[in-house]
Amino acid sequence: MMKLKKDSQKGTLLNFVGIAVLFAALLVFQQSSFASPYMRGILIQCCYVIIMVTSLNIPNGFMGQFSLGHVGFMAVGAYTSALVTKALVQVGVPYTGLPGYAMFLVAVLVGALMAGLFGLMVSVPALRLRGDYLAIITLGFGEIIRVIIQNIPIAGGKGLAEGQAGQPLIGIKNFSNMYVIVGLTIACVALMYAFVRSKYGRAIKAIRDDEIASEAAGINTTYYKVLAFTVSAFFAGVAGAIFAHRGLGTLQTSDFTFVKSTEYVLMVVLGGMGSLTGSIISAVVLSILPEVLRAFAQYRMLIYAFLLVLMMLFRPIGLCGTWEFSLLDTLRGIRGHKPKKPQAPAGVKREEVSEDV
Amino acid sequence: MLTVKDIHVSYGAIHAIKGVSLTVNDGEIVSLIGANGAGKTTILHTISGLLRASSGSIDYNGTDLAKVHPSKIINLGMAHVPEGRHVFTRMTVEENLRMGAFISNNPAKVSENIDRSYQRFPRLAERRKQFAGTLSGGEQQMLAMARALMTDPRIVLMDEPSMGLSPLLVKEVFSIIKSLHEAGITVLLVEQNAKMALSIADRAYVLETGHIAMEGRAADLLNDDKVRQAYLGA
Repeated sequence: MMKLKKDSQKGTLLNFVGIAVLFAALLVFQQSSFASPYMRGILIQCCYVIIMVTSLNIPNGFMGQFSLGHVGFMAVGAYTSALVTKALVQVGVPYTGLPGYAMFLVAVLVGALMAGLFGLMVSVPALRLRGDYLAIITLGFGEIIRVIIQNIPIAGGKGLAEGQAGQPLIGIKNFSNMYVIVGLTIACVALMYAFVRSKYGRAIKAIRDDEIASEAAGINTTYYKVLAFTVSAFFAGVAGAIFAHRGLGTLQTSDFTFVKSTEYVLMVVLGGMGSLTGSIISAVVLSILPEVLRAFAQYRMLIYAFLLVLMMLFRPIGLCGTWEFSLLDTLRGIRGHKPKKPQAPAGVKREEVSEDV
Repeated sequence: MLTVKDIHVSYGAIHAIKGVSLTVNDGEIVSLIGANGAGKTTILHTISGLLRASSGSIDYNGTDLAKVHPSKIINLGMAHVPEGRHVFTRMTVEENLRMGAFISNNPAKVSENIDRSYQRFPRLAERRKQFAGTLSGGEQQMLAMARALMTDPRIVLMDEPSMGLSPLLVKEVFSIIKSLHEAGITVLLVEQNAKMALSIADRAYVLETGHIAMEGRAADLLNDDKVRQAYLGA
């Protein structure tokens, strides 16, 4: 037991070192000739897609309750935070430097809280259903949110008092920079990791495996389902807030269609249902891939489809299954140590696990 | 300990339980036997709160169970082993046992109870790091029972523990139930395997399409001609 505690301390320390290295790399990148606005744009895209996909993995992967309307919450976060920063600019808060970052974080928090609130409101009725029905109702809610936003005046045109319904929201000032966004992404992923590893996370995984047994074990399934959904919506709101402040200055409801939702679901499935590591990898790969394949843009969807079919045939559990990356174990592996505890086997295939009830 | 009084339960328009009353006294094994669709599982689910009775009352040591949320019933010392081996398939055996003690805030006690489970069910100790979904049917049943015992319940509701098991395993499961009884745990057992159920029970109820057809000492029912004809095939 003592050993385990020491291990976890070591792990935490190592993770901080890892984050420091990442930031150093970012600094080098910023100074290098690679750092065009285009490259920075891709990096920021990677960040919000990572948050979006990891947050979607909580209900879809860890809890096994399929949500298809997650961009709805992203939209709520995006529009709310954009309107908050617009209001801040109007009252004369400077949007460069430190106060700008602070205001940006405030806007992100407000956006995320609003998205979480919507998540709560949607999940209470929606989570009475499960499986295909839940997928359909969440899809419906996602579209409803989008259409509502499209029809409220303050969320269009110049926004706030001068808003015009049905127009893209324009003139969103950029309060953030790459470092803030990368830092925020790391914080979000760390929080979600802590969440799925906590007692709450265990309850959620138990619900995925067996609802009746969970209830018999004293887990209030309704409460935990709503909680997981709300937490997930909260982080989707963070992703939306970053998206709104990615530097283009505009937001339109067509950024939040059903097609986008399925793209994120695809990333969750590809990375592994129940692996945050997998979500991060697939989010990064599938954000960069379309850019690399720009020359073959018209074949992009074809390649996607092919990839997915291959995946389903040869590795139906997704890239990582339920495996999580650990810096400590990896370093030990490199130095030839055996991992301390037998790894939660990522290789157990779904076929081996009896799913019949 | 447990008194069910004149409960009626319906699934929509279907009136499944039509006025069932039963009592379970402290330290007893009580069996509930009957054919398919007689309502055995429905009664258990109603007691553990997964279903609600439209009328009647369920009293457990002075608490009205109809007012308790199903996830809180375990806090009252009542554990439910659902029908069909509901284990957490993508968790290891040990994680399953830990989930059984989800409501506990005492890690030392939990570790102690896990050790006790391994003593009671040596097969589970061999498989502690294995995913529960990869266990055999009998092992899953044992895991489901061990998990229910993680909170030191005073009464265990068992739903068809012998379902789908080989005769040898059925014997093993029943000897475990007996040992629980000897350890002072009260058991309400629902079974289709009437012969086995009657042979270990103190008292039994025979359920027929939603009402109690017969009740009495298990030994008496075992020798009753009607019961023998209808349920024991002799």
